[in-house]
Amino acid sequence: MPVDNYLGVPLHRPKVAFFEFTACEGCQLQILNNEATLLDFLSLVEVVAFREAMTERSDDYEIAFVEGSITRADEAKRLKEIRKKAKVLVAMGSCACFGGVNQLKNRFNNNKWVKEQVYGKFPVESEEARPLEDVVTVDLNIYGCPIKKEEVEKIVTNLVLGKSVSHPKYPVCMECMANENICLYKMGEPCLGPVTRAGCDAWCPGSRFGCWGCRGPADAANVEQIISIMEEHKFSADTIIDRLECFGGFKKFAGELKKRTAKSKSKKKRAAK
Amino acid sequence: MIFRLINKRELRELFDVLAENRIIGPVQKGTSHDGKALYAFEPVFDFDDLKLDYTSTARPAKRYFLPSHETLCTFSVHENGWEKTVDFNIHEPHVFFGMHACDINALDKLDKVLLESNFPTPYYAAKRKNMFIIGVECTPQPSCFCRSMGTDSAFHGFDMFLTDLGDSYFVEVQSATAFNFLKNIRTREPKEKDHARYMKVVADKNSMFTTSVDTTDLAKILDMEFQSDVWKYWGDRCLSCGTCASVCPTCYCYGVEESVDIDLKGAKKKKHLYSCNLIDFAEVAGGHNFRPESHSRLKYRYYHKHRGFMEEFEESLCVGCGRCSEACLAKITVPEVIASVRSGVKPKGKKGRHGK
Ligand code: SF4
Ligand code: SF4
Ligand code: SF4
Ligand code: SF4
Ligand code: SF4
Repeated sequence: MPVDNYLGVPLHRPKVAFFEFTACEGCQLQILNNEATLLDFLSLVEVVAFREAMTERSDDYEIAFVEGSITRADEAKRLKEIRKKAKVLVAMGSCACFGGVNQLKNRFNNNKWVKEQVYGKFPVESEEARPLEDVVTVDLNIYGCPIKKEEVEKIVTNLVLGKSVSHPKYPVCMECMANENICLYKMGEPCLGPVTRAGCDAWCPGSRFGCWGCRGPADAANVEQIISIMEEHKFSADTIIDRLECFGGFKKFAGELKKRTAKSKSKKKRAAK
Repeated sequence: MIFRLINKRELRELFDVLAENRIIGPVQKGTSHDGKALYAFEPVFDFDDLKLDYTSTARPAKRYFLPSHETLCTFSVHENGWEKTVDFNIHEPHVFFGMHACDINALDKLDKVLLESNFPTPYYAAKRKNMFIIGVECTPQPSCFCRSMGTDSAFHGFDMFLTDLGDSYFVEVQSATAFNFLKNIRTREPKEKDHARYMKVVADKNSMFTTSVDTTDLAKILDMEFQSDVWKYWGDRCLSCGTCASVCPTCYCYGVEESVDIDLKGAKKKKHLYSCNLIDFAEVAGGHNFRPESHSRLKYRYYHKHRGFMEEFEESLCVGCGRCSEACLAKITVPEVIASVRSGVKPKGKKGRHGK
């Protein structure tokens, strides 16, 4: 029996739908993964479309959870239609929020060559990978690659109860320190934790793996400073660029650093001549 | 105060006597990339794991009495209403075996705010009252400046304090509990020559400090230099990451969050430690942020530590443990910040944002 009230206040069970574009569907899987609370989750909302979990579907929904980046014209068209129907459109996961790992292909300027290398003779339409907000207005982002199921559950609970939804504004270091981890810089590893939005409970540093910034910049991210710090720690420009570029949240900074590095390389070349 | 001398081998006996409680002490947790031992306060089950000659721990023992996350209460919601359950989250006494003077002084400072103020914190009090503390003399590290802060030795706030004299420990016995525990092991009265040995060890320690902070009139100088340009310089370097507060033995600020369980049958009120360097520390209802710039937040940290607390309690809230200097990736250190505020000169050779 779905819960229909909280402390005597009747609850509205919103109709929700899940959609995916260019993505690995890992974020949707995260939601299904949580067997212990899946039933509670399903009793809070009414799922009307979820290709990964059910066959029947309906076009009548209020909240659309959208996973994936936009890489084709037909995807952009479909996303616009979803936007028209949904009262609330939620970008779910790094691909939807920033382009995600998919946007790494944007670094190859010569898209034609890439297509040939990857798909051979099969003609495949694929443009640059874009985050949802490049195509439509996004009401809410759920960050992470993949998203953290606990965070989604909290967000959905708050949406249903009419409570405000917010993300941590501070960076991953706060969670990393709370977990008493040894800072990876002490172990000689780079980490984007000081500039990346928290919420993952310092997932990667907790496994002795530096943060790659999948949740994008924290509210006061001092990215130039962390770049200088990584340089001081003798990490190469390529290492730093790879990290900033990986999920798309730090695209702007990766681009600037690339330009700077290219300039200083050509300067050195000229000096050598 | 009572003084005793115990043979080094006897310390193992003391450990065993205390081991019926949970013992927390310095252990080696890893090795840094440049080969340094990294220490942490962890539960100790074997005396041989206890490293009483540890340099310093990267983190204070704070998590045992002021955890970074703590559930303050839970609510169960049912058809006819709700019930609240409060738990102070302490289930057994803790024996701290091997705290340095700075950390003991840090506890005394926390007591002033969390125990002795008009609004004592029961969650802290419950844990604090269930502690047995054995202090141990330390070796000053490059980032330590406790001597400048007057926290290089502890006069109260511990049960007993050990100083290594080579073959034996010189023991200061502070509490009746410590006195009773010591009855179980062999100790002897220190002689005049033991006093001399003790004083020599302490004098040697005092000559080893390499870092200092000039605290003369510091609270006044901070008032005068509120608009100094150096704050902007440090603010530009700061990552607003909050790590300095996380590693600080005296930072106690926190936020409270309420959440409803996904089955809507329960709710929780949770507290988590916060830092004044974080962007929304001074954000109030309605969204106004009193300290939106990084430098104003960093400055606030220094004003609370070295001015506000001074005004309230006639002492600083910094014990000079140097942990924030060690942990800050942007290399923002208390001695350098204070020296620059006093002189009005930014340090040389350190780049700010955009290399300025
Ligand atoms: S490991 Fe990364 S996230 Fe953790 S404290 Fe160090 S920089 Fe911050
Ligand atoms: S540590 Fe960084 S990369 Fe890893 S999950 Fe968290 S935000 Fe993503
Ligand atoms: S002073 Fe250092 S540790 Fe503290 S918030 Fe700034 S960068 Fe982080
Ligand atoms: S401010 Fe820094 S030096 Fe002072 S007590 Fe805190 S961590 Fe130690
Ligand atoms: S205001 Fe800042 S410096 Fe003071 S206790 Fe709180 S976090 Fe620490």
